[in-house]
Amino acid sequence: MTKILPYMRLSGLEPLVVRPESNFLNVGERTNVTGSKKFARLIREGNFEEALSVARQQVENGAQIIDVNMDDALLDGVQAMTTFLNYLQSEPDIARIPVMIDSSKFEIIEAGLKCVQGKCIVNSISMKEGVEKFVREAKICRLFGAAVVVMAFDEAGQADTFERRVSICERAYDILVNEVGFQPQDIIFDLNIFAIATGLEEHNNYAVDFIEATKVIKGKFPLVKISGGVSNLSFSFRGNEHVREAMHSVFLFYAIKAGMDMGIVNAGQLVVYDEIEPGLRRLCEDVIFNRNNDNNESTDKLIAFAETVKAKGKETIKDETWRQGTVEQRLTHSLINGITDYIEQDTEEARLKYPRPLEVIEGPLMDGMNVVGDLFGAGKMFLPQVVKSARVMKKSVAWLTPFIEEEKKSNPAAQQGSAAKILLATVKGDVHDIGKNIVGVVLGCNGYDIIDLGVMVPADKILDTAVKENVAIIGLSGLITPSLDEMVHVAHEMKRRGMQLPLLIGGATTSRMHTAVKIAPQYDNGVVHVLDASRSVTVAGALLSDEQKPKFLQDTRKQYQQLRDDFAKKRTVKQYLPFQEAQANPAAIDWKNFTPVAPGFTGTKVIEDVPLSALVPYIDWNPFFIAWELGGKFPQLLDDEVIGKEATRLYNDATQLLQKIVAEKWLQARGVIGFWPANRVAPDSIALTQTNGETLQLETLRQQIKKAPGQPNFSLADFIAPKETGLQDYIGAFSVTISGIEPHLEKFQAAHDDYNKISLQALADRLVEAFAEYLHEQVRKEYWGYAKEEQLDNEALIKEKYAGIRPAPGYPACPDHTEKYKLFHLLGGETTTGIQLTESLAMYPAASVCGWYFAHPNSQYFGVGKIKPDQVEDYAARKKMPLEEIQKWLRPILEDEA
Amino acid sequence: MKDIRKELQQRILIIDGAMGTMIQRHHLQEADYRGARFADWPSDLKGNNDLLCLTQPDIVEGIHRQYLEAGADIIETNTFNAQRISLADYNMEALAREINVAAAQIARRATDAFNAANPEKPRYVAGAIGPLNKTLSLSPDVNNPGFRALTWNEAVAAYREQIEALVEGGVDLLLIETIFDTLNCKAAIYAAKDYFASTGKKELPIMISGTITDASGRTLSGQTLEAFYISVLHANPLSVGLNCALGAAQMRPHIEELSQLAACYTSAYPNAGLPNAMGEYDELPEQTAHFLEEWARDGFVNIVGGCCGTTPDHIRHIAAHVKKFKPRALPEIETELAV
Repeated sequence: MTKILPYMRLSGLEPLVVRPESNFLNVGERTNVTGSKKFARLIREGNFEEALSVARQQVENGAQIIDVNMDDALLDGVQAMTTFLNYLQSEPDIARIPVMIDSSKFEIIEAGLKCVQGKCIVNSISMKEGVEKFVREAKICRLFGAAVVVMAFDEAGQADTFERRVSICERAYDILVNEVGFQPQDIIFDLNIFAIATGLEEHNNYAVDFIEATKVIKGKFPLVKISGGVSNLSFSFRGNEHVREAMHSVFLFYAIKAGMDMGIVNAGQLVVYDEIEPGLRRLCEDVIFNRNNDNNESTDKLIAFAETVKAKGKETIKDETWRQGTVEQRLTHSLINGITDYIEQDTEEARLKYPRPLEVIEGPLMDGMNVVGDLFGAGKMFLPQVVKSARVMKKSVAWLTPFIEEEKKSNPAAQQGSAAKILLATVKGDVHDIGKNIVGVVLGCNGYDIIDLGVMVPADKILDTAVKENVAIIGLSGLITPSLDEMVHVAHEMKRRGMQLPLLIGGATTSRMHTAVKIAPQYDNGVVHVLDASRSVTVAGALLSDEQKPKFLQDTRKQYQQLRDDFAKKRTVKQYLPFQEAQANPAAIDWKNFTPVAPGFTGTKVIEDVPLSALVPYIDWNPFFIAWELGGKFPQLLDDEVIGKEATRLYNDATQLLQKIVAEKWLQARGVIGFWPANRVAPDSIALTQTNGETLQLETLRQQIKKAPGQPNFSLADFIAPKETGLQDYIGAFSVTISGIEPHLEKFQAAHDDYNKISLQALADRLVEAFAEYLHEQVRKEYWGYAKEEQLDNEALIKEKYAGIRPAPGYPACPDHTEKYKLFHLLGGETTTGIQLTESLAMYPAASVCGWYFAHPNSQYFGVGKIKPDQVEDYAARKKMPLEEIQKWLRPILEDEA
Repeated sequence: MKDIRKELQQRILIIDGAMGTMIQRHHLQEADYRGARFADWPSDLKGNNDLLCLTQPDIVEGIHRQYLEAGADIIETNTFNAQRISLADYNMEALAREINVAAAQIARRATDAFNAANPEKPRYVAGAIGPLNKTLSLSPDVNNPGFRALTWNEAVAAYREQIEALVEGGVDLLLIETIFDTLNCKAAIYAAKDYFASTGKKELPIMISGTITDASGRTLSGQTLEAFYISVLHANPLSVGLNCALGAAQMRPHIEELSQLAACYTSAYPNAGLPNAMGEYDELPEQTAHFLEEWARDGFVNIVGGCCGTTPDHIRHIAAHVKKFKPRALPEIETELAV
């Protein structure tokens, strides 16, 4: 007969069943206005969309439950909780996991419970204000089916001794189970973690009492759960993260053993118990267990230790004691900490110690890199650190290579390494490769042999190489939308050739949905979308393990099938207007009261010799950190609890490199702008007059989704004065590029320095965007001169607070890449700036930007979104292009496509 | 009357089939729906099936009797849309209470007559509580995911009014059915529990029946079957089950999964197959019965019947086919974790 065990069962869109082997449950804590400044700001600004990204990050980082707290004096908590949870329910990726509704005000908790279909946890209720209120609130929680966190708190105050913790919990348990009708497994006791080592004797036993109370309560009531807010423990060591992290890890190590089940913890901040230096670990254990602590002796020792760490500050890294370890330990230390100072010396020592040079790689170096891979996988190292580790590894391997070659010559039969090979390529027509390079480095760190075919690689070359080199996995990357089609093509070819190896898909425009709907059905032997570099390791690991591969592929297939079903379902949900109706609902611009400003010249003007130093103030650093997979808003992220330290280091390195680039003139900025008389001559057509008197017609695309009443269906043509107004309006265009990067990339490549190579590429991207921003300002104030009085700082520029826009063909407001032909033609072709267009209409050099200028103050950025066949047909006719061809270019925005 | 739990230990109980399908057979016109009382009602009333409890009570009672004759043990009141939120479509919010009382009395009358004739086979009236025509978890405005067309408090008030009226009219059970959105269901559970607790009335058993909308195995609001089950467990329901949207062939894997999960009794009343191109259900009574017979044989179910497109014939065949099988045994509920 089936048995049903009394597990705690929670749910979001999916179930969470807490079994004894579930180990410790991570509750994501960043969606809490009291704990996260960023989240608080977003909620206060009413920016719920972006606030969701904080929640998403929690889920992606492995939170199994998401804690939501809106307790802020400046907020209407009921309203904020309701709106945020309503938003959250619309995001299946987040709503997947159960919600912990966290507030000290019960009306906010109740408001939250009214929004969530799954089984939640209420955090918290207690007997603080009497039994009557406790029972009333517990009954309401029960009516919603929520589990509850009960604080060990009663009328007399918060339980701070072992005895009070136990007696309050016994009393609360009795009331909840026998009076209110709770299942024991729906009760979570928060046993109050207090600060220890404060110098006050009466605080010294707090941790012991907590751990002991946990044991006793779990003994009496085995089904309840025990929780607590761990960071309180080390409150007296604020500012000393090193000691705090160690204390938390040691405490959790013992508390979990005693029966603690869950806690609000920043998982990224925990060090592994075994990795804490033994001296510090013992000191932590002494204060936690209140041992050798007469007259605060242990406390004083820990404080003294903390002082040394503090005094040394950042210089702790210069602690050279690690040099006394064995050569293997030293290599590992260098790898983890990215230190190149001694790597050649240590490698040589290892080479002399081991019988064969290859064994140094397969032995100590790989062992060290495995540690790096594990730490990265566990979120304890960040991408820039990993890339630095790779630099150390490459340097070491470079030292060994001549010896390996030598050995090969003298003994050709000697067995060489057999690491699995992974082929990476940016697909045909695309030139973007920063992300692919990062993936290459990260996989390289994890022991794979990377074959990187570079950019613009045709399908045949990818597949021929894969066969010839006998690779185990193919990874494709791409950034522009036409690359999606090329990936479909590669998958199709793999099937036609009867290939067996799995295909990984990555890059900024790719998505799980597109992969599931479009690419996966083309090829049966495994297609997997990889979100970022950190995921690539686990995915490659699973695919290359004979045990894991079948299940992994089967799970992926199931997931993708689900996505396809969801996609098919969703398609019918959105409502679209017939194209004619959309055209009848353009942006309402009052042309009667508008006088277009004539630009200072018509025709084109080449802009060169812009000193890079003029561009630096215009740099938007946010995308730079995103490229390095360090999310967050600049500059606040430099102070972030988790990534701040590493982000600051990266920022310092990047600004140093940037200074060098500027001072030594590594790169050149070159661009061209132009303006022409123009009018809207049809709902979605702009006719402009070239300098030779000929007319050129630009075609734009219009939003077709059904909008809320009063909201227009935008098209760029709306922002140009219609012919019939009698007004002479204008349109502008620009293209800019940063050139000269290649020799410097090669230099870094030769030095095995991926870290600086990737940073240089990312900086070139930032500089070209800064150039576009800089030039746009010049255009507004001077060349076109329609906003001569404008005064904006960089922050305001990044937020696009100026009048007019500069949308780029291929991006959301004008998603058709083929309009780039007209833009390039107008600006004098490829020779003006040296930018070349690939067959997919990507621009080379990769650090290039182009776009149109619209001056009307009401012009704004928007996304065309999906469009219907009636518009596509009309558009093809207007552009005089075959329907099939235009469909190919517009595929990502066709309504029936992913 | 005998406790339904005792009956459920003995045999598989049969719940009735479609009400709408049977009403269609009467080819009622606008004037039939209106009757004398609503002859001058400002909005169209054709299609307001629940109103027939007031204007054509004999037709409704006749359908109940046909299902009882066919072998149904549980009769659903004709109240699927009879709360003020759905009735607003006809401007009949104010009639919610009256319709539910009348519907319960009609079903009661029909059932009591059969119980009197054969007390050995007790039959029960279940107050049917439908899903509302608005959802609490989904935004109807694609541009504003934070928007809701309905508030929790409105939903609870509407359900509370319906439940009070059904109880007053004499139902034996409450059946929250065709659940697309679990949050709507939770509002109904809240309303029911709060009603019984605050009035001190004896709590009636609650049956819960969700709807899986496609082969992916999720509800319209996105929950997996197990997540749905966990979300409604606090109702301490008499049964949890599935109905509507799928035919028996498509429902099988889901009812199988549920039979493994559920600590309480399980119910299943699928549609008569999937609708054909004309929107009609054409699975024959023997076919439906054949599927349900397998479920009974495999021990998946305690309560079976039919939803859209099923008729007294379907119910008769189902009753005959599952009769010979033992009901699904309740799982053993452990109160301790193995050490």
